[in-house]
Amino acid sequence: MKKLSNIIFIFIILFAFPLTGKSQCKHFAQQVCKKELSPYIHDGNYNAAILTEGESAEMYKTFYANQNYRIHICGSDALPPIHFQILDVDRNVLYDNKKNKYDSSWDFKAQSSQQLIISLKVKNSEKDTEEPVSGCVAIMIGIKENKKE
Amino acid sequence: MNIQLSRNLFLLCLSILIISFSGCKKNKDDKKDKKSSEEVVKVDTIDKKLVKDVKAVKEMFYSMPSPLEVAMILKQAGKDYNPEILNPTKHTSKYVTNKSMALNLGVYTTDLSYSSLYDQTQTTIDYINAAKDMAEGLGMLHAIDEKTIDRLEANVNNRDVILDIISETIMNSSSFFKENDRQAVSTIVLIGGWVEGLYIATQLVGDTPTQNEIDDSELIARIADQKLALNTIIKLMEKNEDDKNIQSVMTQVKNLQKIYDKIEITSSKVVPVTDEETNVTTLKSETTISMTPEIYKQLKKKIEVIRKNFTS
Repeated sequence: MKKLSNIIFIFIILFAFPLTGKSQCKHFAQQVCKKELSPYIHDGNYNAAILTEGESAEMYKTFYANQNYRIHICGSDALPPIHFQILDVDRNVLYDNKKNKYDSSWDFKAQSSQQLIISLKVKNSEKDTEEPVSGCVAIMIGIKENKKE
Repeated sequence: MNIQLSRNLFLLCLSILIISFSGCKKNKDDKKDKKSSEEVVKVDTIDKKLVKDVKAVKEMFYSMPSPLEVAMILKQAGKDYNPEILNPTKHTSKYVTNKSMALNLGVYTTDLSYSSLYDQTQTTIDYINAAKDMAEGLGMLHAIDEKTIDRLEANVNNRDVILDIISETIMNSSSFFKENDRQAVSTIVLIGGWVEGLYIATQLVGDTPTQNEIDDSELIARIADQKLALNTIIKLMEKNEDDKNIQSVMTQVKNLQKIYDKIEITSSKVVPVTDEETNVTTLKSETTISMTPEIYKQLKKKIEVIRKNFTS
């Protein structure tokens, strides 16, 4: 019986650890990243992952005509800067934050609805560390109402 | 008892060590992989490099329009608010399976977002309660709790706070399912919300728009634009295609796609122009949508059928 309880105990510990990482990422997105969207309102979709320096992620999304959007790429403090580009479906670059000192936000409006790709990569650290640095990266989409005069 | 406690502590330490070492090993392997792949790059052909670039993308996200975004699109189109077309809140007791609760959590969240954007105070409160019932049925006890409803009631005249509360409830539900490896449920919630948005939009347009109305209406243009979102939606469903609830929803979405395939959308090259003063970029491009009244009629009918399946 004791053996069984010990095995259960180990399993709880083993399964709780990855969940804690995911929860921390959600907490980070909610408490830190969401604030950066203001005065835009977060669309509510949760897109976040733990990335290690040098790793990349992509998001496919349709953005609608005449809506105001803010894309905010939010990375943990421990991570090096995040390089992101906005591409059209043919992968032509429409925006590159490298030209803007790796600014984490981009505000835009589309004249007609567009399917866009948000492509990001965590830069490699310039510091010579023993282990690669990992941290949470969230892609936040903000929307803003068009106030009619 | 003390012996048992010490044994558990020992096991805890052992577990932490196992996890730490497995993490270290993975990192070392990653570094090793990184080094060896760098060497390979030198001799790669361009094609191989392209394959490697695609493989290097660790995470792929397919983002659907959220209920809040759908509601903003509806509001932007300038039509009057119509509560008659929403899914009645008294239907909550009908939804007892995980699939129906997930679909209608999405449906009610879109109705909630739509009502709030038109400052419909009581309806907004009613719909957040309906969404709460669905969330609780799916095991999310804290996504929408009494505090959320109290906060909403205390801020009924402050639209920014209400929208923030709605955004938070959508995020709570989407993150809850992802954290608990229930990605399929999260996708079904979003599809429910998206179909409700399409249903509201087509009901607001009416039964038989003329060709001129189709060509000039902003709302019909946004309905047609969903053709672009459909590819993303199907990719998202394919990530969980083993789930039987996803399979049944996918069949219906694919039937809808067959009608969307009849709509032609052509777009010119996108040119980004940034306003130096506001720092806002406008993506300039021209789009032409070709849809006949007959295709619109088929589309509206199919959306009605799917929505009926979801809400009955």
